[in-house]
Amino acid sequence: MPDLLIQLAIIITKIVVLTFIVVLPLVPVSVYFERRFSAVIQDRVGPNRVGIPFTLLGFKKDFHFFGLIQPIADGLKLFLKEDFTPAHVRKAFYWLAPALTVVPALITVCVVPFGSPISIFGHTEKLVIADLDIGPLFIFSVASLSVYGITLAGWASNSKFPFIGGVRSTAQMISYEIALGLSIIPVLLFYGDLNLSKIVQFQADNGWLLLPFWKNGQLGHADLNTLLYWIPAFIAFLIFTISIFAETNRMPFDLPECETELVGGYHTEYSSMKFAMFFMGEYAAMVIGSALIITLFLGGWSVGFGLDAYIAKFEIFGIGIGGFIHMGCFLTKLIAFILFFILVRWTVPRFRYDQLMKLGWVVFFEAALINVFLAALILAAPQLKGVIIGIGSVLLIAVTFAVIWVAKVSEETPKVLRA
Amino acid sequence: MAVVKLHRPKLNFGEKIYFGALIKGFFLTMTHAVKTLRGKSVGAKELASSGLGITMQFPEQRWDEHLPEYYRGAPALVTDEQGRERCVSCQLCEFICPPKAIKITPSEIPSNDRWAKVEKRPLEFDIDMIRCIYCGMCEEVCPEQAIYLRKDYLITGLKRTDMVHDKKKLYEIGGTRVGLVNKWNELK
Amino acid sequence: MSDTPSATAEMKLPKDLATEKGMVNVQIDGVWHQFPKGTRMIEACRQAKVIVPHYCYHPKLTSPGNCRMCLVQMGMPPRPAPGQEPTRDENGYEPIGWIPRPVIACANTIGENMGIRTTGDLVEKCREGVMEFLLINHPLDCPICDQAGECRLQEQSVQHGRGVSRFIDMKVKKPKNVDIGPRIRLDDERCIMCSRCIRFMDEVASDPVLGFTQRGTHTTLTVHPGRLLDSNYSLNTADICPVGALTSNDFRFQMRVWFLKETPTIDVNCGTGTNITVWTRGNKIHRITPRQNDEVNSAWMPDSHRLNFHYIDSEARLTEPLSRNVGISPTVHAPATWSASFTEAATRIQFFKPEEIAIIASARMTNEEIFLTRALAAEIGTSQLSLVPRFADADALLIAADRNPNTTGAKLILDTEDPYAKLGSIRDGVRSGQIKALLVFGEDLITDADFTADDLAKLDFFLHSSVLANPSSHAADIVLPTAAFAEKRGSMVNLCGRLQRLNQAAQLPGQARDDWEMLRDLLLAISGGKNEAHHVEDIFKALAETVPSFNGLTLSKIGHQGTQIADTGYQIPLLANERARKAAGLING
Repeated sequence: MPDLLIQLAIIITKIVVLTFIVVLPLVPVSVYFERRFSAVIQDRVGPNRVGIPFTLLGFKKDFHFFGLIQPIADGLKLFLKEDFTPAHVRKAFYWLAPALTVVPALITVCVVPFGSPISIFGHTEKLVIADLDIGPLFIFSVASLSVYGITLAGWASNSKFPFIGGVRSTAQMISYEIALGLSIIPVLLFYGDLNLSKIVQFQADNGWLLLPFWKNGQLGHADLNTLLYWIPAFIAFLIFTISIFAETNRMPFDLPECETELVGGYHTEYSSMKFAMFFMGEYAAMVIGSALIITLFLGGWSVGFGLDAYIAKFEIFGIGIGGFIHMGCFLTKLIAFILFFILVRWTVPRFRYDQLMKLGWVVFFEAALINVFLAALILAAPQLKGVIIGIGSVLLIAVTFAVIWVAKVSEETPKVLRA
Repeated sequence: MAVVKLHRPKLNFGEKIYFGALIKGFFLTMTHAVKTLRGKSVGAKELASSGLGITMQFPEQRWDEHLPEYYRGAPALVTDEQGRERCVSCQLCEFICPPKAIKITPSEIPSNDRWAKVEKRPLEFDIDMIRCIYCGMCEEVCPEQAIYLRKDYLITGLKRTDMVHDKKKLYEIGGTRVGLVNKWNELK
Repeated sequence: MSDTPSATAEMKLPKDLATEKGMVNVQIDGVWHQFPKGTRMIEACRQAKVIVPHYCYHPKLTSPGNCRMCLVQMGMPPRPAPGQEPTRDENGYEPIGWIPRPVIACANTIGENMGIRTTGDLVEKCREGVMEFLLINHPLDCPICDQAGECRLQEQSVQHGRGVSRFIDMKVKKPKNVDIGPRIRLDDERCIMCSRCIRFMDEVASDPVLGFTQRGTHTTLTVHPGRLLDSNYSLNTADICPVGALTSNDFRFQMRVWFLKETPTIDVNCGTGTNITVWTRGNKIHRITPRQNDEVNSAWMPDSHRLNFHYIDSEARLTEPLSRNVGISPTVHAPATWSASFTEAATRIQFFKPEEIAIIASARMTNEEIFLTRALAAEIGTSQLSLVPRFADADALLIAADRNPNTTGAKLILDTEDPYAKLGSIRDGVRSGQIKALLVFGEDLITDADFTADDLAKLDFFLHSSVLANPSSHAADIVLPTAAFAEKRGSMVNLCGRLQRLNQAAQLPGQARDDWEMLRDLLLAISGGKNEAHHVEDIFKALAETVPSFNGLTLSKIGHQGTQIADTGYQIPLLANERARKAAGLING
């Protein structure tokens, strides 16, 4: 019985710490980074003022620290704003929608491994809330729920622009989920496992998927097969990353909320904390997406170069702190990737909607499909005879060109029929 | 005809797959970012940048010495060298003011006043600086050379009523202006 | 005409055709028109929709022809040599021989086959010259001049002036800011010597106190020594002054005219029903000027009526319903809501027998309001309904002895010869205690109807509606704030039997309500019926169906000039004078 209680306490601690102390603060932090980074890109300064007003307490100088308090001020502002519900909305769904956006994004946190297991007084504990054996599938299934939030918001607002935003979002998310799902099949084929913790452990031992330069903790180039597998892995990485951009409604795919066409998109009619929840949902999705990419392709919490085994054994006063170092590594990678997200947003202009759909259905869908077979061929090659490999390669190339040809033909404008 | 048909440029394969342009774009934005952080953005010197980007950091750095001759700041009433308030409350500025920021209550000058000849002056002259758009039309329309846009730009207040400049405040900002036409002097 | 043989019609010349009708043919700017014989040239041009600029000419006054602004070019057919037949064009008109110098259009009458040119080099040069002369000594006062914005001198110097002055000498100085009367301020420097004011005071007001002294550029308008311009019609001189020489003391420096909105409505100070324009900015009335109606007030109005609008935004204005029963003490009025006031009134009224209730309404009410009062009396079942008479001396011009504006309307609607008849019996009933409840609409009984405060204190229930707080409302149980004349739409019938319309110039202050809405809601509160009148037009519709004189009319059909609906035989003295002068050929309008 006490065991169960302790178990429960540990789980709750993990939920609270990992979700609300590690991931959730990343949202305002990434908002701050977004603002500062975009300012710097545009030769501006960005928010650098908000700090602790020590002068009010009689000190000589205020504490600015690069305006890092700005996210708190922003949050406070949103929190204190009037929560206005327009008269024409469908109330129940209007209230439900923001929650449906933010909650799935936060739930997906539970399968992300934040670090290697830590040991406290001989008790080993994994730095993941739920060590599920279906990690990526769980993330996909739960994350795809957030589209309901956006669709509902668009519909319940009972107003033109939000509605169009909602419809766009639905189409876009469904389209890109296919590419998203298909693109990681090669990755899963390679690991042969769906447990994210094990996937990361595997990468720590045998090299990151995109950086396979050590094996069994020893530096050195991998075998030919693994090196060849880098090609489908990289294609998968590209498709997956871009699809994540589309799934999180980030620039260049933020058509559901593009200001020039739709005012604010699906959240036009929202204000105060309800708007803030959409905002948080979007950034939380971005954080989770980054975490997933890092976990699958870039070694998760792994420091790499065969150092992970040593780090895991670090211990101070009987507490294994290796896990925390790994967690720091993971967060560093995460923030770096978020910065990449931001850089993309302030570099790439927005797509047109037909281009977006074409990219999803005509390019990524086919590319991901072919990539699956390519990956399978490379993976199975050592067990197959040369002839079969040859035939497989030829078939694959033929199919690729056929797809390209079909895509090209479909692009041609149809001839005008004349009677 | 004024119709010009534009053809979309033919893209080659490299342009079609888009990644080249993407990488170029990253380089461009990152170059800006680095230049900004080093304080070497284009135009930073001319605009008296604070060292980050091209932006001047306002309360510490002021652009007062950069103000151009034609700068339009807060509108204000002026008196002339004889100490006469020039405004006769003809209300043309009130009429022309696009955002309706000006409100004038006219009054008659008592007969024992030195300037009783002018007959009319404002009893109250309020400019709502929350409404004012600094367009300068009041200055342009004034037939008495009484209202001018000064270079004051720091118009702040803690309450809405603070932002309404009354007659006293307007003369305080405006001060005395010399060299104007004195058509109300004894000799016309 | 169809039965006239076409051959004879062709034979007839235009001049013969015109003569048959007592008209003459005149060509104005190349177009032929027909006008009655004896019309002035300027009036003919005005009827032909060609405006000739002018200062001194006024259609209601004689034409001295002293401003010279209305110079036009005139031509007549050349006199044929003896025995010579005049040549005619294909339409039968003789060719016009243009006179090479201009004539003034205001003092010359038209003649057969006359030609008038209001444009062209000659005319335009003349106008420019006259404008330049007029402006030589004119002070640059426009920023402080109340006339600015409606000043003929401004308008015509824009249209016909030079734009710059060539005058380099000192301007002539004349008295400024002269106090010539209690309501009028004179500025002689602005005066252009058109003499409109002099002629008005002489011909219309019959009080010739104004005149010119000095000569040449020093001509000065002044008031007769020892006299003041204190006629009750003096403010009309400010209206007709084309420049800012005469301005109203009341309107002095109040507001520039370009801010003001004009609302055509009628005056309610006497039975004449003078047509007026109310000038408002926002909800504030700044001035009232007469509006021309040749069947009522010509173009004039008395000062006493014109200035009687300041009470509308006075301190005593009621802005919310008051009741004795909602406050801390029954001796003090406290603000109540409209619905509570109506409920209270309806509940209290039920406790009285119909013959214990009396209604005193006002002949200052509109027809619609009197009609609703009649309906209210019928609903309660009382026959004790009277209006309050208001008589004073008439003057010989516009002010009628009956100072109630709608006595005729009340007679028609209440179908009685004397709507004031029952006031005495109601007063006696109140004093004797037979009448226990009194509903009074728009009248101050203590000041105007010989009631005393003690009489009113005897009442069990006293409802009073009023624009201002007055001694009667002080005694009332329920006080309802209502609309002043400039704040409501409705109709009245003047002493001549002319139905005229009031229009809303300003919004009601606070919670005050239009009288007809107040009466309708009170009626509904008593009867418990359903509201079917949503606009004052609905009331007028019901009135037009019920009262024969109003049959077939609507509020909008009345028009801004009114409609004659009854013949009372009443003559407005000023109109009689005007018609006599017109018949004598002195004036044209």
